[in-house]
Amino acid sequence: MGGTKANYWRKNIRILLVLLSIWFLSSFGAAILFAEELNSIRLGGFKLGFWFAQQGAIYIFIILIFVYVRLMNQLDKDFEVDEK
Amino acid sequence: MNLEIWTYSIVGFTFLIYIGIAVWSRAGSTKEFYVAGGGINPVVNGMATAADWMSAASFLSMAGLISFMGYGGAQYLLGWTGGYVLLALLLAPYLRKFGKFTVPDFIGERYYSKNARLIALICAIFVSFTYVVGQMKGVGVAFARFLNVPFDTGVLIGIGIVFFYAVLGGMKGITYTQVAQFCVLIFAFTVPAIFISIQMTGNPVPQLGFGGTVDGGAYLLDKLDQLSVDLGFAQYTATNSENTTNLFFITAALMLGTAGLPHVIVRFFTVPKVKDARISAGYALLFIAILYTTAPAVAAFARTNLLTTVKDAEYSEMPGWFKNWENTGLISFEDKNADGKMQYVADAQANELTIDRDIIVLANPEIANLPAWVIALVVAGGLAAALSTAAGLLLVISTSISHDLLKKYIAPDINEKGELRAARIAIAVAVVAAGLAGLNPPGFVAQVVALAFGLAASSFFPAIILGIFDKRMNRQGAITGMVVGILFTTVYIIYFKPQLGGPGTPDGYWFGVSPEGIGTLGALINFVLALVISRLTPPPPKEVQELTESIRYPRS
Repeated sequence: MGGTKANYWRKNIRILLVLLSIWFLSSFGAAILFAEELNSIRLGGFKLGFWFAQQGAIYIFIILIFVYVRLMNQLDKDFEVDEK
Repeated sequence: MNLEIWTYSIVGFTFLIYIGIAVWSRAGSTKEFYVAGGGINPVVNGMATAADWMSAASFLSMAGLISFMGYGGAQYLLGWTGGYVLLALLLAPYLRKFGKFTVPDFIGERYYSKNARLIALICAIFVSFTYVVGQMKGVGVAFARFLNVPFDTGVLIGIGIVFFYAVLGGMKGITYTQVAQFCVLIFAFTVPAIFISIQMTGNPVPQLGFGGTVDGGAYLLDKLDQLSVDLGFAQYTATNSENTTNLFFITAALMLGTAGLPHVIVRFFTVPKVKDARISAGYALLFIAILYTTAPAVAAFARTNLLTTVKDAEYSEMPGWFKNWENTGLISFEDKNADGKMQYVADAQANELTIDRDIIVLANPEIANLPAWVIALVVAGGLAAALSTAAGLLLVISTSISHDLLKKYIAPDINEKGELRAARIAIAVAVVAAGLAGLNPPGFVAQVVALAFGLAASSFFPAIILGIFDKRMNRQGAITGMVVGILFTTVYIIYFKPQLGGPGTPDGYWFGVSPEGIGTLGALINFVLALVISRLTPPPPKEVQELTESIRYPRS
């Protein structure tokens, strides 16, 4: 389809902002700032805040990078800036 | 077969593999020496990055630290993994597109300044050198404890091995040995963890056993919380609201530092395409997460095991492993009230048992009654972790000297062959210097690691991010930001570290932030200053603006 480079960059920034917000919320949010509140909820043998701090946030980090790779590879193709 | 023979065989076998790889992957050009030719498969690079990243500290000390910190151990778990999200989204693809050899390369060209390159160069060497000394020490400790080899000899053997494959193969040799070292270390870490998880919770996956139930039907973590409270400690899983700000800052400093450490960044120069750099960071984090999600489970298992074993137990009835480790001095018992029982409690006056936190990973297989070959495997794993990280760091030091200092400053007309020889000599000197420093580590080495992360966070991270995302960022802004960020962070850390001779006490911490977390504030100061100064001074030259534009799009 093709599009301007400025548009490509704007969409890239939007992807980054969305993904980095999730990154922030899962680590600094759920695992630190709201950990105490979340600890009143249980996930099996875990208190939820503790689970985010020592397990969950790390899983989310991995998912975020793989989602980023998919989105960006698609964006590269759409704007025809992918490597040959 | 006894433990010693097992350990010699397994460690010897892994060393033979490393040497074999070194001979097979000799570097023939500076491009091979600096970035392994730039044609590394992204999965291979992911494994090499994981081994590069996971040091002796990750392997030997982290689970122990968490075991004694409980919830607060999250600062290491999140800090040392979350940085990879920043690396993958904000740095790796763009630096790959830029396509040079080193971090000072990027700083020097993007900020069209030899001074900027020099600052980056000094930081890179300082950060890498302080880090590598600790690895060399780790090698010596592992040898001394398990192979009855004197500490000094252990360090010398470590120097010999790294010397061989780093000097011969450069980045190419290091990359392929790191892949082998990753396999050794991850196998060595997970096997005991799986055994212990089955023993304690019946679940073979430590990450699930962590949230599983123990024999009485109660959840493991509930039992651990209860045991801790009984002995006067805080609940293992409880947050500490007084520490929230500090935890936030330390986690952020470790994340920014991770994303800014040169030995990790250069790994992304070794893959062929921008696309590969992105996915490679994903694989790296996946491989790292295997250890980082297992470690907190190991920490909880070990803590539960330990507290159950020693709680009000008769000293004379302690199991064999307790006596073994008492001999090494890592556990010590002093019967203060002379009742023959062990009181391990939070109150320092009444506490009778001192436990070194490093024991958690080292003694775990023994505590869980695992066979001798598992213990031997742990030794080989610890050595693999230390050697792989040491090699990556030494490469940064050597490229900084041969490429950034020699080629760009001192002898610009040096030919390819001369530069390659200089790179080999530089890494040889660096290996020996690091080894010597590891033999007689200045007492402050452990403290300086905080400084390494603080410096990476407050200098490289903002300078690279702004160089990519702010086209208007110029030399004046970036240099001022870096210099002030570095000075602020260094002064704060030295002032508040009594081990470095600083007069400060924790009462004086700004916003309650300890030296480990101050890199976050240093990075913020760097960002703000750079943005303000750059707007008050002329924009960067046209060709630099074009460079910034070009690294944003994968196709050239």
